[in-house]
Amino acid sequence: MLVVESLVKRFGGFTAVNNVSFKVEKGEILGLIGPNGSGKSTIFNMLSGTFPPSAGSILFEGGELAGLPPHKIINRGIGRTFQIPRPFRRLSIFENVALAGYYGQGSHSRSKADESAERALAAVGLPVERNASVDGLGAAGLKKLELAKALATEPKLLLADESLGGLDEHEMDQAADMLRRIRDDLGITIIWVEHIMGVLMRVVDRVMVLDHGEKIAEGLPTAVVNDPRVIEVYLGTDAHATQAVAAAAAR
Amino acid sequence: MNPRHLAYWIAAAVLVGLPVVYNQPYHLHVMVLILIWSFAYTSWSVMGRFGLVSLGHGGFMGVGAYVTALLWNHFGLTPWVGIPVALVCAGLLALIVAYPCFRFRITGHYFALVTLALSGIVLQVITATRNQTGGSLGYTPERTKGNAIAALQFVDKETWYLIALGVWALGIAIWYWIDRSMIRYAMEAISEDEDAAAAAGINVTLEKLKITVLSAVMTALAGALYCQYQMFISPDTVSGISVSLQMVFAAVVGGIYVAFGPTVGAVITILLAEGLRIGFGTKAVGWDNLVYGVLLVVFIIFLPKGILGSLLARMKPSGKH
Repeated sequence: MLVVESLVKRFGGFTAVNNVSFKVEKGEILGLIGPNGSGKSTIFNMLSGTFPPSAGSILFEGGELAGLPPHKIINRGIGRTFQIPRPFRRLSIFENVALAGYYGQGSHSRSKADESAERALAAVGLPVERNASVDGLGAAGLKKLELAKALATEPKLLLADESLGGLDEHEMDQAADMLRRIRDDLGITIIWVEHIMGVLMRVVDRVMVLDHGEKIAEGLPTAVVNDPRVIEVYLGTDAHATQAVAAAAAR
Repeated sequence: MNPRHLAYWIAAAVLVGLPVVYNQPYHLHVMVLILIWSFAYTSWSVMGRFGLVSLGHGGFMGVGAYVTALLWNHFGLTPWVGIPVALVCAGLLALIVAYPCFRFRITGHYFALVTLALSGIVLQVITATRNQTGGSLGYTPERTKGNAIAALQFVDKETWYLIALGVWALGIAIWYWIDRSMIRYAMEAISEDEDAAAAAGINVTLEKLKITVLSAVMTALAGALYCQYQMFISPDTVSGISVSLQMVFAAVVGGIYVAFGPTVGAVITILLAEGLRIGFGTKAVGWDNLVYGVLLVVFIIFLPKGILGSLLARMKPSGKH
């Protein structure tokens, strides 16, 4: 579905992403992990068109995405959420989502947008009521809204950026289950960037690990957490942490 | 028909019927000025309400007025053709100025500064080409000896009152149309967070351009109308920075988030200007600008929704803005 070839991003003299290649199969959930500054968000920003890659190609269903502006990429069927929720506070919850449905699908049909908004809000478990204000939402609610906005664009591939930061354990589990349901029920392929490894390992089909802009491991969660390089760069040499993650993955 | 619609229809009937029962020329003249400027201020607020603060709208108004008058005097082109040409020119000028701004994300204060330069440039061009435009002395469209309708020149104030009323109503209608369309949601989103808006699939540059060109074209129409009505234009009255600032002031004072806010602003500014002119004569030239400046600061700090906006918000506590 998505084929990324030798992706490079340089900011001045700094190489944020260096020669990263990977594939995403239709219907899978790919986890993307790595320490801060490892290039995860930079890859996301290139996939979603926030900025163009310095080199390399991004093929989505056979079409080149590198260099396209964000709205065109979204119209091709790639939705994204932001690490920190970015709601439009002057619009109601419903308007936030309907807006994404209207412009994100590229069809510019108001009735279709309203339908998608209703479906997306129901999928994440937010009220479908028309005038509910964004100000009433807490951290978990804002993350759901962020997800609903992305879903309303009717994506085939969803880029979920660190969806769980700032949630408690119960909310985290719920959110992870929601991503799985989105894949299972709506058939949406997902790339999930996340800091919190335990929850991620439980849900994803495959994991890719980045460090200093380079891919250092890729494979099944169980295999990756036992990879010595991953343990070194991501977890340090703390044996307890390693065991904790391995236990989480086995769960 | 609900009471609100009924009230609108009654108000419309009263406005249309007014010159039949009351036609004191000076008062009608002031009303025509208020209507034309209301339309100009409404045009400004079409983009201004979304945080696109333009200080260049005097430039668009000048283009509307001067292109129409120049085509008539030099080529005998009827304003019925000249005005559309002028509107296209203003739209193109808006594109040329706005596209690079939006493409390279020049927003907020920097956008205001770029547009401020536009006001100045249009004024300088008019002044510099004085052989064609009359420069700072002003310019008069030639009086027609033929058909008044073809030349869009009418002597009686009643006709102008009805034309200005129609155009003003068109401005209000456009304002409402935008308020109810998806463009409003898109522009609200863009004004809050351009990246998030782009991630919702909005072509940020295109949406901003659309609203800017619409606003510029409307403003140019106000300029053309002003020219045809007054039969005299000068760079200082239809272009330049002071005209641009006057638009910002009036729209902010009236309220940029409500349909009739700019109209209320026009009533206040024009009554103020006329009051100063009658009360103090030539001794008070420029005083209105001083008052505008002081009031603008006071309003932005204490009453950012403007007079009408604040009143409506008080009457309806659940108002969105």
